[in-house]
Amino acid sequence: MVIDTAGLTFNFGNQTVVKSLSLQVPEGSIYGFLGPNGAGKTTTIKLLLNLLQVQQGSINIFGKELKSNRLEILSQIGSLIEQPAIYLHLTGKENLLNRALLLQISEKRVDDMLNLVHLTDAAHKKAGQYSLGMKQRLGIALALLSDPKLLILDEPTNGLDPNGIIEIRELLIKLVKEHQKTVFISSHLLAEIERMATHVGIINHGELLFQGSIKELESMNKPLVQIETDNIADAANYLSRNNVTVSDVTEQHIYVPYTSKQQMGEINALLNQMGYVVYSINKQQQDLEKLFLAITQTA
Amino acid sequence: MKGFILSFRSEFYKTRKTAGFWSAVILPLLLCLLLFIGFYSHSDKLAGLPGIMLWIQFSGAILGVMGSLLLPMLIVFIAYSVNSVEHKADTWKTLFSLPISKLSVYSAKFFYALFLVLLCLALFVLFTIGFGNLLGVLKPQLKFSEYSMASTLTQLYFKLFLSSLGILSIQFLLSLLFRDFLKPMGIGFVATITGVILAANKWTYAYLFPYSHPMLALSILPHHGQAPASPGMPVITIDMFTKEILVSLIVAVTVFIAGYFIVLKKSVK
Repeated sequence: MVIDTAGLTFNFGNQTVVKSLSLQVPEGSIYGFLGPNGAGKTTTIKLLLNLLQVQQGSINIFGKELKSNRLEILSQIGSLIEQPAIYLHLTGKENLLNRALLLQISEKRVDDMLNLVHLTDAAHKKAGQYSLGMKQRLGIALALLSDPKLLILDEPTNGLDPNGIIEIRELLIKLVKEHQKTVFISSHLLAEIERMATHVGIINHGELLFQGSIKELESMNKPLVQIETDNIADAANYLSRNNVTVSDVTEQHIYVPYTSKQQMGEINALLNQMGYVVYSINKQQQDLEKLFLAITQTA
Repeated sequence: MKGFILSFRSEFYKTRKTAGFWSAVILPLLLCLLLFIGFYSHSDKLAGLPGIMLWIQFSGAILGVMGSLLLPMLIVFIAYSVNSVEHKADTWKTLFSLPISKLSVYSAKFFYALFLVLLCLALFVLFTIGFGNLLGVLKPQLKFSEYSMASTLTQLYFKLFLSSLGILSIQFLLSLLFRDFLKPMGIGFVATITGVILAANKWTYAYLFPYSHPMLALSILPHHGQAPASPGMPVITIDMFTKEILVSLIVAVTVFIAGYFIVLKKSVK
């Protein structure tokens, strides 16, 4: 495991922001750390970077305890926390050069990074005049500068347009596939993560509600039979009386957990027998977004 | 040590285009230039004075303001500007997640502020001597060449530097902890005024109050020329390690160490 925490708990005053968190981030994964705003994502990330002191529990990164191996571990992590930290009075390139000076990295690498995030043309422009998306890209370049083994990115696509989001996604996938990096990326949007993440952790109110591979998450996602009839309420009641589990009723549709094609046919026959007109009946895959909402709301 | 040097160089790199850095250069240049113009245009009135008096008037005009108000306020500003670079850019979190020890990051910043104060004071010495000699050349009736003030001025300004370390350490810590300008500025301003009042009224325990130190450090000035080394060449003796200097150094070291432990404990927002 690249990141391994056990029983990680953090309080701000008497408010518990992170509750007994046990993260398992395997090497070579893109770990999507998901949760609504205020769920404790940024606090967790700050704990992982030793910016906040661990109050309870333990953090191991690259198999080593964080606090006693702080510098060694930090030298292999690139991070972007909340808004990118950029000196606005310096140009984009100067921002990178300053970091390169601190980390003793060549200027060539700085130019490569500018090129990678498409900021070569704006390299000599003051970072204060950058658009939000450009700042975000510069922040990613800063995180990548030292060629770290682990990238910790807090909402890196904030403020990016769809093209920018796709670019970042492809870049991260490439880094993991071709350069064996591990990426820990937080987001409040599942849709943004699900296309690249190999693993997912879902957090709300400081508690980890789900953790596993994206396949495990998908397997939790059971398909439904969506039925549209002329009299929704009566039809739903009728199905219930006939031992058909109705999971949800909306104004237009009745939803029943899908088991087989056979079952769909039987439901159709059942309703027809009682004279309900079935306008449509079909199998529906619930989108992950709904699942995400379901997971975070039931807690 | 490597981390310290890298951080120190980075401090310079970051601030070399900011007002904080340039104020340390421009302030002495501007003040000395103004004084030069003043002396130049009033050269007739000053023509009769002996060299030593000219030098004392020339350098004393700056030292007077420096000791009471200018130096403490400059320190307030430098301490603020060195820290505000990070507050404004929200970069404390990046600084403290670099593979560089917290002590290096913290002390490099502190010593950079110290360096700026030293630079500013050294330039005051340089410009005072430079402009004084220039006056002597341009207006030969001003007998600046009669006397050499260089070593006395250097000692005086060095003493001023030592006396300012207590204030610097306090202002540095305040600026590190508070994001906004008003708190360190307000506290610094009120404390400076208090310091001036205490020192001016010769309060017995003024030497314990850091903001009184620059003014106290210069209070030997009126006693110039006590022990003439050779006839016609009076020597101004400066007692470098007076008690206010010692207090200033103790305060500086204590606050610096305390600040480090605050940084260690502090959660980075």
